[in-house]
Amino acid sequence: MGEVIVITSGKGGVGKTTTTANIGTSLAVNGKKVVLVDADIGLRNLDVVMGLENRIVYDVVDVVEGVCRLKQALIKDKRYPDLYLLPAAQTRDKSAVSPAQMQELCERLKEEFDFVLIDCPAGIEQGFRNAIAGAQKAIVVTTPEISAVRDADRIIGLLEASELRNPKLIINRVRVDMVKKGDMMNTEDMIDILAVDLLGVVPDDESIVVSTNKGEPAVSDNKSLAGRAFNNIALRILGHDVPFLDLEVEEGFIAKLIKLISKR
Amino acid sequence: MDLFKSIGRQNSSNSKEVAKERLKLVLVHDRVNVSSSFLEMIKGDIIKVISDYMEIDENNLEVKMTKTKRDEDDSLVPALVANIPIKRMKGAAR
Repeated sequence: MGEVIVITSGKGGVGKTTTTANIGTSLAVNGKKVVLVDADIGLRNLDVVMGLENRIVYDVVDVVEGVCRLKQALIKDKRYPDLYLLPAAQTRDKSAVSPAQMQELCERLKEEFDFVLIDCPAGIEQGFRNAIAGAQKAIVVTTPEISAVRDADRIIGLLEASELRNPKLIINRVRVDMVKKGDMMNTEDMIDILAVDLLGVVPDDESIVVSTNKGEPAVSDNKSLAGRAFNNIALRILGHDVPFLDLEVEEGFIAKLIKLISKR
Repeated sequence: MDLFKSIGRQNSSNSKEVAKERLKLVLVHDRVNVSSSFLEMIKGDIIKVISDYMEIDENNLEVKMTKTKRDEDDSLVPALVANIPIKRMKGAAR
């Protein structure tokens, strides 16, 4: 029996889809059988982030409505051993699927896969309700901005009200230079305010834009710092005790040079 | 070297402290709204406790979250305000 994890945030644009794609890919690289489910019906994007947009025939609504069998809608990512995508419908809306149907779908996927990762849409309405219906665990993604943290807090409250207790936090797009200046909240600040366990910290990294442009998750790029952070998150999900990246050490050459010179 | 110093350090406006304070205050209100039953639970318990000592007008009982200024430094802090109309005192209190 596999595990169903929903990746959610409340606020849009904080990196839920990128997080889902990267964690899923890394889990697959680490030998797990993984399916990524795009629950953002009407605004699907996990397919393009994964570079699988040209292979979609059926989608999650087709499965729920019985138009096709579950197996027919699953797209196998040929680059990785055991990674699949169940895409969202693009021409329908959130009401095309009910929470009960999502729950049943997750039950079926759980029998086949080690990990079922659900990419939740932004917002707290039916799309959110659908996405969390079949989940056993939740990951909340936020960025160090007041609006994203506020929404994350609201989502944590709603998750707990739905019996999804103890969600784990990923802080995305951290800018070390701004944290150092005291112009961006740091990890401790946010953990203190949200009172949840930290799963990972991902630096703001241009390589994410590049990898999304190409449709290749950043975890497959060894040079990507964000990719390494996502890899570590996947390892933590697998129960490994991986220390958090020391982002300060990983800063670029120019920044190091300036620091070195200005110290004298 | 001063040039490098100023590039290296840059101006430290420390705006994150402002963000943290604003966030903490706004979350107190948000968190109450997340569980709409929260204030109702408090109301129920207040009625339970007070009813032993006085008869209160339960229909006009008002419990709400608000902000108030702290005495020491005038900063805003969240406060729970309860307005409880009393009908009459009960025997035990006299």
